[in-house]
Amino acid sequence: MKPGGGCSSSTGAQPPLCPGRRSRNPRRKWQVFPGRNRFYCDGRIMMARQAGVFYLTLVLILLTCGLFFAFDCPYLASHLSPAIPAVGAALFVFVMGMLLRASFSDPGVLPRATPDEAADLERQIANTTKSHSTGCSKPPPRTREVLINGQTVKLKYCFTCKIFRPPRASHCSLCDNCVERFDHHCPWVGNCVGRRNYRFFYLFILSLSFLTIFIFAFVVTHVVHRSKRTGFLTTLKDSPVVVCFFSVWSIVGLSGFHTYLISSNQTTNEDIKGTWSKKEGKDNYNPYSYGSVLTNCCSALCGPLPPRSAAQFNSIYLYSCDQDQCIQSTKFVLQAAATPLLHSDPVVLAPLPAKTATLGGPCAYLAPAQPSLPSCTGDVLTPRDAAAVDSRCSHHLHLHHLHHPHRFASPEETPCSTPQGALPCPAHMHLQHPPPPLPPPPAPYDPITQDALHEDSVRGLVKLSSV
Amino acid sequence: MSDPLFPDGTCTQQHAVKNRYQTEIFNMAETHSLQDMRQQAAVAAKVFVQRDYTSGTMCQFQTKFPSELETKIDKQQFEETIRTLNNLYAEAEKLGSQSFIEGCLACLTAYTVFLCMETHYEKVLKKIAKYIQEQNDKIYAPRGLLLTDPIERGLRVIEITIYEDRSFTR
Repeated sequence: MKPGGGCSSSTGAQPPLCPGRRSRNPRRKWQVFPGRNRFYCDGRIMMARQAGVFYLTLVLILLTCGLFFAFDCPYLASHLSPAIPAVGAALFVFVMGMLLRASFSDPGVLPRATPDEAADLERQIANTTKSHSTGCSKPPPRTREVLINGQTVKLKYCFTCKIFRPPRASHCSLCDNCVERFDHHCPWVGNCVGRRNYRFFYLFILSLSFLTIFIFAFVVTHVVHRSKRTGFLTTLKDSPVVVCFFSVWSIVGLSGFHTYLISSNQTTNEDIKGTWSKKEGKDNYNPYSYGSVLTNCCSALCGPLPPRSAAQFNSIYLYSCDQDQCIQSTKFVLQAAATPLLHSDPVVLAPLPAKTATLGGPCAYLAPAQPSLPSCTGDVLTPRDAAAVDSRCSHHLHLHHLHHPHRFASPEETPCSTPQGALPCPAHMHLQHPPPPLPPPPAPYDPITQDALHEDSVRGLVKLSSV
Repeated sequence: MSDPLFPDGTCTQQHAVKNRYQTEIFNMAETHSLQDMRQQAAVAAKVFVQRDYTSGTMCQFQTKFPSELETKIDKQQFEETIRTLNNLYAEAEKLGSQSFIEGCLACLTAYTVFLCMETHYEKVLKKIAKYIQEQNDKIYAPRGLLLTDPIERGLRVIEITIYEDRSFTR
C-alpha cells in the first residue's frame, strides 16, 4: 500500500483517500485481509479461494429443479394438484437462500493478533519456558490448559494468526484463517463452516434433502401415473426422468449425521478426531453439551448469531488517518491557544491538502508530531477552500463557521474540528457513510509495524475506542 | 501592531475578533482535552486481559487484576468494569425465550428479517460500546489508560493501553 495523497512527507503505508471522493476507492479492511479469502460486493460476501465446486453445486441444483419444474410440474399440477409445484418452489427458494447464506457469510473468522498482542504473548511464552526449561534444546509445544466445566481442554497456539486458539476454534489451511467453532471446510458450499454459518449449512442440507426426496418422489409418481395411461416407454420418451437417487441418500445421510452432531453439541472436527469419545478415557465427556438434546438443538439453530468479530470487513481502513487529522488540527489549536496568535507566516493548515489533486479533507495521513505542520501543500486554506474541501470530502463534517470576513480560515473550519464534543471524525464518518449493517467500525487491522505508523494507529485506536 | 492574521481590520475590530477567536479556541481545546492528552502522551505499555474459558465458549474475561495496572487504577474499579462487561456479554449470548423466538422467526423468514431489524447480539454490542466509552471518559482516561472494545480484537482480549504520564500546559 503506497502512501497516497499529495503529501510527500507522509510516512504511512496505507493510502489515505477521502471517502467522499469516488475517483479512487478507499482501502477497506477486506482489501488488506491477510487470509486466503475472496470478497465480493464491497466485502459483504466472503468465500474461499477455490469456489469451483460451489458453482457445480449451484448448477446441479438449478438443473435438477429446472428439469423438474419444466417437465414434471405441468403434468402434476394438472392431474394431481397445483400445490405440488407451489411446495416445490417454496422448498427450492429456501434451499437456495440457505446455500447462498452459508456460502457468503463470514464463518466466524478470528482476526489475527495485532503486533502488540503477539509480542505480549511471546513474552509470556518466553517467561513460562524460562521458568520450566532445563536446558533442553527443543522448545516445548505452545499450549495452554483450561478447565471447562470440569474437563481439561488444551488450547493450541496458532503460529499463523499468533494467538492461542479459543476452545473449538481451528485453523483452516485452505482459507488460512482461524475459525471459531470450526466444523469443516465444505467445498460444495465454497466456504468454511463455523460458528456463524453452521445453522445455515445445516438448514441447507436439511432442506436440500427434503427437496431431493420431494423431487424424487414426484418424478416417480409422474412416471407411474403417466405409464398407466400411455405406457412406460412412451412416458420415458415424453419426459426426461430426473433421477436423483444417489444424491438423495448421500444428502439424507449427511443431514442425519449433522443432526446427530447438533444434538450432542459436537463439531465435525471433534467427532472425526474423537475428542470427546469414551475411548480417550473413562472420564472424557463433552463439556459444551447442555445435557439435553432439545437445548443443544436450540442453541445451535436458534441461539444468538454473533456479528462478524473480525472487525467489519466493509468498513473503511483509514480511520486512523482521520484520527490523525483530528489530532493534528487539535494540536494546532492547542499551539495557537498556548501562544499568542501572532505568527510570522500565515497560519498554515497542513492537514488539509485541499490543493492536491488526489484528495481533500480529513483523510491525509501525515507524519506525526509536527506542531506547526508545514504542510505538504503549504497553503493557507481559505474559507472558500474549506467549503470546497467540505463539499468534496465530507458532507458530514461539522464546520463551526466563524463568518470571518478575513482570508484566514480558522481552525474551526478544519474538517475535523468538532467543537461539540468528544465525538471525533470517524463517528461522523461512519454515520454518514453507507453504514455497515454491523456495530461501529473499530480500529483498522494494521499489520505494518513502522513506528510512526504504529503510534498513529494507536492514536487512531484511541480515538476509535472513544467513539 | 499589525496582526498578520487580521491585516484588514481596524485595531478594535481586530482585538474583538481575536478575543472571540481565542475564546473559541480555548473552548475547542477543552472539548478536545481527552484527545489532547492522548496525542501528547506516548504509549508506555499495553496490557491484555485474556478470556476466561472456565464456563465454556461463552465470552467472559478474566477478572484477575494485571500487575502493570497496580499503580494506575483501583483494583475494585477494574474488577467492576470487567464484571459488568462479562455480564453484558452473557446477556448477549443468553439462550432465552427471546433469542429462541428471534431465531425461529428468522428461520421462517429465511433470515430476511435481519434486513430490517438488528439482532439481539448487535443491540447488546452497541450497549457495550457505549459502556466502554463511558468508562474510558469517566474513569480510565483521567488515569492515563484506555480500554479497547474487545470486538475490535475478535472478542479475544481486552486491550488496555497505558499512556506515559506527561503533563502539558495550555
